[in-house]
Amino acid sequence: MAIESDVLVIGGGLAGVTSAVAAARTGADVRLLSHKKTTLRQASGLADGLGYIPGRSRSDDQSEYLSQERKDFRELRASRDEYQGPLIRPFDGFTALPDDHPYSVLGEDALRSGLSLFDDLVGDTYLGEHTEKNALVPTFGGTIKPTARYPRSVAAGIASDERPMLVVGFRSLTDFDARMVADNLEAADVPFEVTGAEVEFTEQFPADAKVTRYARVLDHDERIGGTPARQALVDAVETSANDVERIGFPALLGDDNAQEVRADLGDRLGADVFEIPTGPPSLPGLRLEDQLYAALDTEGVQYETGCPVVDYETTVETPGKLESVLVERSGRKIPYTAATFVLATGGLVGKGIDSDRDHVYEPVFDCHIPQPSDRYDWFTDDAFGDHLYARFGIEHDTTMRPLDADGNPEFTNLYAAGAVVGGADVAREKSASGVSLATGVVAGRKAAAAISDSSADLKMTKI
Amino acid sequence: MADDTDQTDDTTAQPYALDSGSAGGSADQATLTDEESDVTQVFPEKELDLRAGADDCYKCTTCDVSCPVAEVDEEFPGPKFQGPEQWRLKRKEDVDIDDSITSCSNCMRCDSACPSNVPLSQMHNEARGEYVDEQMAVFSREYIRNRILSNYRTSARVASKVPHLSNFMMNFSPVRWLMEKTLGVTKEREFPKFASETFQEWWQNRSGADVQNADKQIAYFHGCYSNYNTPEVAKAMVRVFERFDYEVLVPPQQCSGTPMFANGMLSDARRHAVTNVEELAAAIDDGADIIASCTSCSLSLRQEYPELFDIDRINDVADNTFEAIEYLRIHEDLTGVLSDAELDGQSLAYHGPCHARNQGLHRQAIELFRDVDGVHVEDVGDSCSGISGTYGWKAEKYETSMKIGEEMFEHMEHAKGETGLTECPTCAMQMEHGTGYEIWHPLQLIEDAIVE
Repeated sequence: MAIESDVLVIGGGLAGVTSAVAAARTGADVRLLSHKKTTLRQASGLADGLGYIPGRSRSDDQSEYLSQERKDFRELRASRDEYQGPLIRPFDGFTALPDDHPYSVLGEDALRSGLSLFDDLVGDTYLGEHTEKNALVPTFGGTIKPTARYPRSVAAGIASDERPMLVVGFRSLTDFDARMVADNLEAADVPFEVTGAEVEFTEQFPADAKVTRYARVLDHDERIGGTPARQALVDAVETSANDVERIGFPALLGDDNAQEVRADLGDRLGADVFEIPTGPPSLPGLRLEDQLYAALDTEGVQYETGCPVVDYETTVETPGKLESVLVERSGRKIPYTAATFVLATGGLVGKGIDSDRDHVYEPVFDCHIPQPSDRYDWFTDDAFGDHLYARFGIEHDTTMRPLDADGNPEFTNLYAAGAVVGGADVAREKSASGVSLATGVVAGRKAAAAISDSSADLKMTKI
Repeated sequence: MADDTDQTDDTTAQPYALDSGSAGGSADQATLTDEESDVTQVFPEKELDLRAGADDCYKCTTCDVSCPVAEVDEEFPGPKFQGPEQWRLKRKEDVDIDDSITSCSNCMRCDSACPSNVPLSQMHNEARGEYVDEQMAVFSREYIRNRILSNYRTSARVASKVPHLSNFMMNFSPVRWLMEKTLGVTKEREFPKFASETFQEWWQNRSGADVQNADKQIAYFHGCYSNYNTPEVAKAMVRVFERFDYEVLVPPQQCSGTPMFANGMLSDARRHAVTNVEELAAAIDDGADIIASCTSCSLSLRQEYPELFDIDRINDVADNTFEAIEYLRIHEDLTGVLSDAELDGQSLAYHGPCHARNQGLHRQAIELFRDVDGVHVEDVGDSCSGISGTYGWKAEKYETSMKIGEEMFEHMEHAKGETGLTECPTCAMQMEHGTGYEIWHPLQLIEDAIVE
């Protein structure tokens, strides 16, 4: 007796969660399987839509939808293979995207629906819902990232706010250099004064103390050398604060009680306190993961993590239709059956796409992934250039069904979402979350809508 | 020149491709030049070559942020150091294993976090074993204490002969004071009670199985705790499986090894494993699958056994072992049977044990009871309970253990009801210690719901 569901989602990242919830909201019985902890913790916790677009040609005039103010970092971006931005609105860039980009295939509605589902799931912990414009959020590299949604914790730091800014780093935390952040922001021509200060906080911590440790001491206000952590941080910052109205810290101000920590520090410092998203592993990513998994529970989605999906089964009568997937549990392959399936296993980082010296492949269903046969054509010499591999992934139709080399659906009841889908260079476009949300919401809804088709098929074959 | 550069890239990529078992593996091998294949033989043949695992680590540090010890103790360098980094350091020159390995609680959360399948806990077990063998004095208080703790089965067997006396002595405060002073066993905890009748005794008094069924047989690995301390869990397991018409076998068995791995007592663990593998393999030959009700026991048989020991038939045992509820979900319509059941209005706070997480099992209790009338099971979140078997019993680790558990205690108190639910006997101990709640095993709840 196999474990059964209406819709089975494979993959537990943003795309997987989005498609699972989208399907569950139609009343379907949904199960989500994730092999490992999600790669959300390796992302910034920001939810972007579309920030940069490939330029049509270098000689083109700057289009009117590009921000005219942030000249320097725009030029820096634009000089690299003609990517242009940051876009004022994600939707302004849709027409400039290649035809096989998921946004081009699905249209604007998909991203709108995806963002609106995201807004529902994260409630008031995220902002950006009020406008179609991108917000410009400072990063720990001192760049500015255009993003559609951002955690409340970074709100006071956005670059369109003209109040002077102090960026604070800790001497014991070598990964975050406050002065470099400030210098780079200045070089990016932000419309405010910005200074960086390195303070002595948690001096007794070794250099490899984990971000979760910092969050924990602040969450619980643990004593550090006799002083409660929050007070110790306030004491350390106060001399540099000089009536500045907003102060940015590396994003480790608490985990479970992050809102309280931020408010408390803000009160005592008399300034708006905000976080600057760090590199991986990131607390805003971890917090988002917690929120999304709590949402799965409230939305009635069953989920399991810890075991990989390694293979699938079809029946002799309907070889083009998936019957079940096989989950590996210590050497045994356990079938999970469903009417429809969503593949959301991620890209190269999430290992939904893998490669060897000969080819790039999708390991579960071996879905077709268009690619040049010579692997030297997969990349270019410029490290940050226009690598073909960045856009590797599954080709799909308007319902998000993966297509084979002839353009036919790989399986009648398989859908795909997120980074396993090809056509987008999400790192350069700043569109990773948006692509996951847009493809996730479509894949989830279509997979749920096809349940009855699928069971009708089943009855037909039984007769 | 360009070719030279490419050559170098390919060579470094090679071990990964070879060991990843990817579809192109054999093709890769065919294209290797002699010069390149030498590179994969840099290290001398060892019993356990963890190089592939170390190479798979790309330093994303996800394991470190999943480590409950590193979250409360900044001095603990974390699983990435304890695993791939320490392993590599030792290859360069034979440096000592860092003392901090004894602070790893073997919760194995790093395993379930790693996106690259780096065998972190295997590396930790190896390092801990080496530390105990080569750097720990066998007459040290710590060694003696750890040996006693990890050989719980031995002391439990003696103590359970005289359960009332043992229960009195083990929680008699002068005795506990002395144990802390002489052995470093914390006096803060209540010792678990020994049952007046062990599961084995019950099983014998009952004359074994009630159901005979040559087509559906399972061999029950009950483990030490449900034998000596909570036979009600083992009895529930038997009755539930008999309800589904299984014939239950109870083969002779030793400790699963879990507490021994966590204390680096690998030769003790191996000795017990030899008996277990032999007996369980015989049961498999008779057509039975192996079932455990303790998630650490099932994890040990499935994962640690084949990772750490080379014993004949050990992979058969690993491949044919299941946790009890997992097995029923796969083979029976457990949800269907439960949907007809009715319980009398209970609310339980469920904690998913770390070792259940690693097997993908920490959501099944939530899922099973979601639609059962008269019961409300709430997940108290994904924090670790902090006790990690023998870890929280050590005087010097007690505080860390309680700090880790804090979040779980808080969430339990916020949850409805004043009963806890978990599959792991030591998590149950910690849950009870932190909240004073009575703690159930999901099998007991299933027994209540469906066994007449």
